[in-house]
Amino acid sequence: MISTLQDIYSVLWADLRFLRRNWPKTLLTSLISPLLYLVAFGYGLGRGLYIDGYDYLAFVLPGIVALTVMTSSFNGAGMKLHVDRLFYRCFDECLMSPIGFFSIIMGKTLVGVVRGLVSTLPLLVLCLAFSPLFSINLLFAIVLVVSLFTFSALGVLIALWAKSHSDINTFSSIVVLPMTFLSGTFFSLNQLPEALKIVLYFLPLTHSSMCLRAAALGQPFPWLSLLALSGFGTAFILGCLAMLKRASV
Amino acid sequence: MKATILIDKLTKKYGECWAIQDLNLTVSQGEIFGFLGPNGAGKTTTIRILTTLTKPTSGNAWIANFNVLEEPGEVKKIIGVVQQHLTLDQDLTLKENMELHARFRRINSPERNKRINELLDYVGLSKQGDQMVRSFSGGMQRSAMIASALVHQPKVLFLDEPTVGLDVQTRRSLWDLIRRLNNDGTTIFLTTHYIEEAEALCHQVGIIHKGHLIALGSPTELRQKIGLFTVETLENNMHTRYHYFSSRETATSYVQSLSSDVKTILIRESNLEDTFVELTGEKVGDN
Repeated sequence: MISTLQDIYSVLWADLRFLRRNWPKTLLTSLISPLLYLVAFGYGLGRGLYIDGYDYLAFVLPGIVALTVMTSSFNGAGMKLHVDRLFYRCFDECLMSPIGFFSIIMGKTLVGVVRGLVSTLPLLVLCLAFSPLFSINLLFAIVLVVSLFTFSALGVLIALWAKSHSDINTFSSIVVLPMTFLSGTFFSLNQLPEALKIVLYFLPLTHSSMCLRAAALGQPFPWLSLLALSGFGTAFILGCLAMLKRASV
Repeated sequence: MKATILIDKLTKKYGECWAIQDLNLTVSQGEIFGFLGPNGAGKTTTIRILTTLTKPTSGNAWIANFNVLEEPGEVKKIIGVVQQHLTLDQDLTLKENMELHARFRRINSPERNKRINELLDYVGLSKQGDQMVRSFSGGMQRSAMIASALVHQPKVLFLDEPTVGLDVQTRRSLWDLIRRLNNDGTTIFLTTHYIEEAEALCHQVGIIHKGHLIALGSPTELRQKIGLFTVETLENNMHTRYHYFSSRETATSYVQSLSSDVKTILIRESNLEDTFVELTGEKVGDN
């Protein structure tokens, strides 16, 4: 157990070194999108709007947090691994080391979790400053970490699957982009027809948005969504393991 | 001599294409073994299977008595690998790359630092330890990769085209490094398509062509297969012919018997390229 944790930390260690040198750049690039969403949707488009009994800014902030969690952890883990695997080819060094596949996958997933935290924590400070209704509690923290882990694991899975940079772009266009706008981040799922709602429950961001919003606004908590989110995370990790086992000895 | 690498009927098929087919090979402890062949012959595929990166279609392989397919974890502990492409993390310094390599092998901190400093000295990169590897030249990156691969003191070092793309001086200094490593007890398995590299470094050379091992032996034994001396004749129609002889005397007798249709005549020692061309009908650089 201790040696597995040590191995996971070893995989994570390289990225922590990178982040120590590049944290201002990482922070700046990952904060631009949420700030734009905040201004465009929170203050521009949504001014004067009320959804589910909340003013639009209070409603949309947890959605923007969920979105930031997804993009920062997915890209943080996925793009780094994609570059390491196909361009620097240094991922082979991991595969040729005696470290087990589980430790490699967990380490690479935690890379996304750490990068996601670097991007999300400053945004949470802004949320607290902009909306008096927004609160951070233990449940919110748990959902945040589970979401970071799930989307990071998805990033690792896609990076292991991709055979070229265009594969990543294709996945982003077909899955990530629709998920960004359809998963209840900017509007309430209650506004949608029942059939479409069912389809959207197959997207992890839907559950992440619902859980974060409920925790931040003190609404009844959707425990099934947290379970679904954890299920997605577990499935992505198992998928990563299968990808590695299929190719290597 | 004790076998360090044993390959038994190893086969790898990609779709309908055979990368290697029924490969049998033994590499002895303390040897520098060279796998010589053109691009696409199956050299890298063999190394990738031996280093656990690729699953074979069939067959088996052992390194220091550990089965590559059944005990990959044990194999990974005793091998070092320098791949054909650069595999250093370009976002880290050289020391950080080496530390990462050592962490992957659970080498504790004091021992890790000691080995890193020793190895940097060994490969002549002591002053570059704290520099980002992305600023290194090709030769420095290759030396840095070798230093990283040695952190855990492997019994067997795999070098896939170690000097490809390097200038002559850097290539020769890397040859010296490889000889030094071998002299210090490391068994070395290298692939190359440079004839002179195989001749200069290897105790035993295997010639691989289209996935088949077509010849195996010391460079001298391989030259003897066709004849130690070559008569190269350029005929009036600008066509070059090669004739092989077991001794200089028989080669000289042949030259004296040649007609006046020949423009130039050269008697020289045969080399591995002659062996390769004679055995395969292709040049080593051919695809």
